[in-house]
Amino acid sequence: MSKKEWPLWEVFIRSKQGLSHKHAGSLRAADAEMAIENARDVYTRRSEGISIWVVESEHVSASSPSEAGPLFEPANSKAYRHPTFYEVPDGIKHM
Amino acid sequence: MEKQDISKLERQFQEKIDNEIKIEPKDWMPDAYRETLIRQISQHAHSEIVGQLPEGNWVTRAPNLRRKAVLLAKIQDEAGHGLYLYSAVETLGADREETIDDLHSGKAKYSSIFNYPSLTWADMGMIGWLVDGAAIMNQVPLCRCSYGPYARAMVRVCKEESFHQRQGFEIVTKLAQGTPEQKEMAQESLNRWWWPALMMFGPSDKDSKHTAQSMAWKIKRHTNDELRQMFVDVTVPQAELIGLKVPDNDLKFNEETGHYDFGEINWDEFWQVVKGYGPCNKERVEARKKAKEEGMWIREAANAYAEKRANRKKAS
Ligand SMILES: [Fe+2]
Ligand SMILES: [Fe+2]
Repeated sequence: MSKKEWPLWEVFIRSKQGLSHKHAGSLRAADAEMAIENARDVYTRRSEGISIWVVESEHVSASSPSEAGPLFEPANSKAYRHPTFYEVPDGIKHM
Repeated sequence: MEKQDISKLERQFQEKIDNEIKIEPKDWMPDAYRETLIRQISQHAHSEIVGQLPEGNWVTRAPNLRRKAVLLAKIQDEAGHGLYLYSAVETLGADREETIDDLHSGKAKYSSIFNYPSLTWADMGMIGWLVDGAAIMNQVPLCRCSYGPYARAMVRVCKEESFHQRQGFEIVTKLAQGTPEQKEMAQESLNRWWWPALMMFGPSDKDSKHTAQSMAWKIKRHTNDELRQMFVDVTVPQAELIGLKVPDNDLKFNEETGHYDFGEINWDEFWQVVKGYGPCNKERVEARKKAKEEGMWIREAANAYAEKRANRKKAS
């Protein structure tokens, strides 16, 4: 008899057509198909979804919080990427 | 790690908390914060799961099909709540099966309310109205808990709890407005559940050893006594409105404070139940152990089926 524990899956749900899949939580299941069935019961009991993605948690690669500073730093000095950086003369419309 | 580094990390951690920045699974956190959360969230998960038992007792005897369907949906939600929470515990590095085994060995606790028996149909109403009502009081502030995964699980739970409380209140209201026998059944049930429901908020502040630290970490936002008072204040007028009497002779609205004064809780009873000597402690834990042991073949069958399916895919 195998005492193997079911792997952990991350569940992503599209709540309606036109929106992207969003992380809903995680659960355990023996394989991907069963993970989708379980996700249906655990995360969409009130019609919260029309589509489900599952991915085994161990396949998710994540950035590390302790390196978040240097990782995201390059964007901090580039205020000119935002429209608010530019001055638009009074009287200019539709811009 | 150097002692100096740790105190610096601890300072940064507390600064985040003070600034209402959520802590996420991979962030550094003090061991005691992690352990407190593992204990609290796993006990919360156990409460959801064990809480299915007193209600499951009445599924086959629900008075009609509508009540049966509603009760089943409510119990299924509680299973879902347990699952959200076990997943949240896993984000802290705890082993899910170990936390469940801690429940079975008696090492981990669960809400003491579920150690009381559900003797009549009115108890299904009383559990929804009072027990889920008290749970809502506890859980709404937990939606702002400093630990992200716990807070997010609580947002889902709270959305679902309001249905639980309303279906219970509907049962109680129907009985309270029914025949004299039905009204008597509702009153008798309220008499049994009122005090255990007040005990759900835990020991009084002067005896609660974890409260101060949990509040500093923003795991907790209100003390036990504050939450208990809020519950009494909202629930007493509901009882009055449907013509039931709260079984407390010291209960009186205090014009000065704007709150209800209420009688002394029987703390001996509370500690007895917490220590394992309540009316159903043994039965509840036995039922959970049996569910795991006798359900083990399902886990194995699912593994075998997954393997077979994977092999078939490889072959094709
Ligand atoms: Fe619940
Ligand atoms: Fe509930």
